[in-house]
Amino acid sequence: MINSSLRELSAALAARKISAVELATLFLDRIDKLNPALNAFITIDREQTLAQARAAEARVPKGTQSAGAGNTPLAGIPLAHKDIFCTRGWRTSCGSRMLENFVSPYDAHVVEKLAAAGMVTLGKLNMDEFAMGSSNETSFFGPVKNPWDTARVPGGSSGGSAAAIAARLAPAATGTDTGGSIRQPAALCGLTGLKPTYGVVSRYGMIAFASSLDQAGPMAKSAEDCALLLNAMAGFDSRDSTSIERPAEDYARDLEKPLTGLRIGLPREFFGAGMDDDVRAAVEAALAEYRKLGAITVEVSLPNSGLSVPAYYVIAPAEASSNLSRFDGVRYGYRAPEYGDLNDMYSKSRALGFGAEVKRRILIGTYVLSHGYYDAYYLKAQKIRRLIAADFQKAFESCDVIMGPTSPSVAFAFGAKSADPVQMYLSDIYTISTNLAGLPGMSLPCGFGAHGMPVGLQIIGNWFGEARMLQAAHQYQKASDWHVRMPEELK
Amino acid sequence: MSLTPEDVSRIALLSRIELSPAERETTREQLNGILGFIEQLQAVDTAGIEPMAHAVDVVQRLRPDVVTETDRRADFQAVAPETEAGLYLVPKVIE
Amino acid sequence: MSQWEVVIGLETHAQLQTKSKIFSGSSIAFGAEPNVQANAVDIALPGVLPVLNREAVVCAIKFGLAVGASIAPRSVFARKNYFYPDLPKGYQISQFEIPVVQGGGLAIRVGEQEKFIRLTRAHLEEDAGKSLHEDFHGRTGIDLNRAGTPLLEIVTEPDMRSSAEAVAYARALHALVQWIGICDGNMQEGSFRCDANVSVRRPGEPLGTRREIKNLNSFRFMQQAIDFEVQWQINEISEGRAIRQATVLFDPDSGETRAMRSKEDAHDYRYFPDPDLLPLEIGADWIAQVKAGLPELPQAMQARFQADYGLSAYDAAILTASRAMADYFVTAVAAAGAANAKAVANWIMGELAARLNKNDMDVANSPISAAQLAGLVQRIADNTISNNIAKKVFEALWNGEGQSADEIIDQQGLKQITDSGAIEKIIDEVLAANQKSVGEFRAGKDKAFNALVGQAMKATKGKANPQQVNDLLRKKLGG
Repeated sequence: MINSSLRELSAALAARKISAVELATLFLDRIDKLNPALNAFITIDREQTLAQARAAEARVPKGTQSAGAGNTPLAGIPLAHKDIFCTRGWRTSCGSRMLENFVSPYDAHVVEKLAAAGMVTLGKLNMDEFAMGSSNETSFFGPVKNPWDTARVPGGSSGGSAAAIAARLAPAATGTDTGGSIRQPAALCGLTGLKPTYGVVSRYGMIAFASSLDQAGPMAKSAEDCALLLNAMAGFDSRDSTSIERPAEDYARDLEKPLTGLRIGLPREFFGAGMDDDVRAAVEAALAEYRKLGAITVEVSLPNSGLSVPAYYVIAPAEASSNLSRFDGVRYGYRAPEYGDLNDMYSKSRALGFGAEVKRRILIGTYVLSHGYYDAYYLKAQKIRRLIAADFQKAFESCDVIMGPTSPSVAFAFGAKSADPVQMYLSDIYTISTNLAGLPGMSLPCGFGAHGMPVGLQIIGNWFGEARMLQAAHQYQKASDWHVRMPEELK
Repeated sequence: MSLTPEDVSRIALLSRIELSPAERETTREQLNGILGFIEQLQAVDTAGIEPMAHAVDVVQRLRPDVVTETDRRADFQAVAPETEAGLYLVPKVIE
Repeated sequence: MSQWEVVIGLETHAQLQTKSKIFSGSSIAFGAEPNVQANAVDIALPGVLPVLNREAVVCAIKFGLAVGASIAPRSVFARKNYFYPDLPKGYQISQFEIPVVQGGGLAIRVGEQEKFIRLTRAHLEEDAGKSLHEDFHGRTGIDLNRAGTPLLEIVTEPDMRSSAEAVAYARALHALVQWIGICDGNMQEGSFRCDANVSVRRPGEPLGTRREIKNLNSFRFMQQAIDFEVQWQINEISEGRAIRQATVLFDPDSGETRAMRSKEDAHDYRYFPDPDLLPLEIGADWIAQVKAGLPELPQAMQARFQADYGLSAYDAAILTASRAMADYFVTAVAAAGAANAKAVANWIMGELAARLNKNDMDVANSPISAAQLAGLVQRIADNTISNNIAKKVFEALWNGEGQSADEIIDQQGLKQITDSGAIEKIIDEVLAANQKSVGEFRAGKDKAFNALVGQAMKATKGKANPQQVNDLLRKKLGG
């Protein structure tokens, strides 16, 4: 059961082979047993989970399913939320001491939508503090361990989501992606994860890191599971001004279509120096498989993609420095135990409430927006952002999707990059440009590299190209079994 | 562009983040490393390029002028550090 | 003072008359219990997002049209970053580089002099909450009900040269925002608040360093604060001290201004476009639609009053000083007839204004309605009553002694006696009873004539037409 797809779980529930409560219990027991070693979950509330499962029982349809994967009922299937999503009645910490005791008084739009589909919350997942990190080492609640090798990082910031699914502590999870935070941990943990086009999923109730880049998406074992979850998560929300008003679509509609004639663009810049050989080998092998499936590969160029990391490290910290100003110890969140006047209260509460990486980014963001530096840094980065976005549109003139590595290396050891922020930032070199351009991107497992660690293949689509990306990923997954593998010792 | 200790103090004050003298120096080194990395943007010719503030090119949607919210003060103040008589309390503010 | 030139620019925050907040669905009604009108967005819970209220934009368009400004086809919301406990997000959503209203201006009048004050801009933004400094054992209490109330910040060029001009501008603006229905103008409740940027210089010199007087919430305080500030700056410079840019508060008790301590920190607002809000687009069709719904503006109305009713520019300006005043005049003229417009105007600006002023009342809640005043004016015009009797009728109307002038005239028997026969009879009686005065008049004493008129009026209890009495008396005496 722990390896089942969402369709299989849905069928088992419908056939009454298992109840929603039994299914939730199965995963809760596994969490109790395995989570202490992995630290993927930071909040578990068995009572609330089982109450939700009992309520979901009534909503599980009986008998055989209707045709079409996209209509698969999700009622009674458990999932876990990244702790960046506000969940009413659950602690919502965002991986920070600042919100260590914050029980949200409201639900995020994504949480509402998945609850409306009848999905059952298993708990809240660990993450880099305020989603700032690529290794899950910045969490106030301690690092998440990679289930494939607990001496290695799971990636970040949605590292708890990735580890939980890889260890089969949850069939699926929500994640968020500001510069690669869904795709990079999905790659490092051997999962499938999708960051939708900016505006497809509402940001309401998702604690903001960098508002113009943040986007929520599904993380699961397969592209098909991701398509079903995205069907439930996506949709217009009047409470988010950047939510896009467009007709609902079935992201699973094209899954079974063959790839004949699909034009895959391979950006020259993604295949140069900087990518480890083991990653290159796995990615090249996957591309060969795609050609076998009828796709054709064409070389494209994203000449400004090398600037995406520095541009990102101006724009994201700038927005973050402002977004995180609300954490001031006045209305909620951490307040220092001792302080003098008002400014002292602010400065001490924020010094103690935020971790080192968050503070670094707030300071950088404050600096690049400050008087005399705004034009040189912030405005400059915004202009380069447009150049990067334009590169993609040029590339999509000659291809349908873009493919390349998700991460330049497999999961690295704890501490390997934490001393040098810039080295850490460069782990997102292939993922950041899609966030800057607002494009959808996904990662799927395409083999194993050094130390037996998973390698991820990245697919980038044009705006609203999710269905096509999912089709490409699903067809590959029908021809490969990387996505069904799991760490031996956790079976 | 390299930050001086005074620059670090100034942005720490603007950010309302207290830094001990020791933290100030390590922070300065780290921030200078990051700024050094960002510096490569300066070499790019961006003349005539419109800055891109949003990921999608759409315009602001407008909300009808309707009161939709009800009083949830009790819920909201349940997570507040310090309240009295419905007010959030902070150290004395002198105008 | 003559060797000093005063330079003043005003920034006014007008709370817009919407039902809900600018970025959330909370009510903006005044006077609720603390924090009950502060929802998740207003208190800036983690994860919440702003969505712009359409009506706030309509208010900005109305204002732009009313001051002849241009309405930006595309404007941008920006974040102004600073920490303050009544600012829940740690930034205020405002407009910075591209405001919605650009340019325009307002004509003001100081005495007989007219002057045009140019506007730099007007932009939409959100109000902050309130800090309460008393009663919390040395701590400050924060009420966020006001946080997120829509504001239009209206900024002038430094065009004013005296406190009187500044007050005249503020009054004209105050009247205008109410006129077009975008602000209730309630200064006690903080719906209309002004900041004054004041500097002094010797004529011909470049602009001096300015100090900003914050939160002037009455016209009287504005005048006092600016006058004090100007004198203070002149004294400082005269004694060789340079003016340092500062934000100051006016203390009505001492009549002095003092620098604000909370503004001493070096501030750097780090404005940048708000990534949560997209560019605001206003098309020509929307502007046209708002324009069609605008009431006739004071300037246009003044021109019309002058052309149609022969009023002076001064009178026309007074009658359009507020929407309520103009409404009163227009209603009264409609009832009394255009021919009586001038008389109506005189009554409003004379007797009625004096009475309202004396009782500290506004024309909007005048005890005498426009229809009642029109009725009164009509009876003067058709000679039913004299001007003197009219004052009696006015008094009676003010006191609520009757529903209309006619009713009062009828009940109190105030109808003017115009029957020549009746008046002649009375005059004969007066002449017979006052032979001494008649003799004096004949001896050349003009004053005696007035005494006889007075006696005749007295005998009719003032109801005789004074002109008729005059004429008949002169005829009888002169032969």
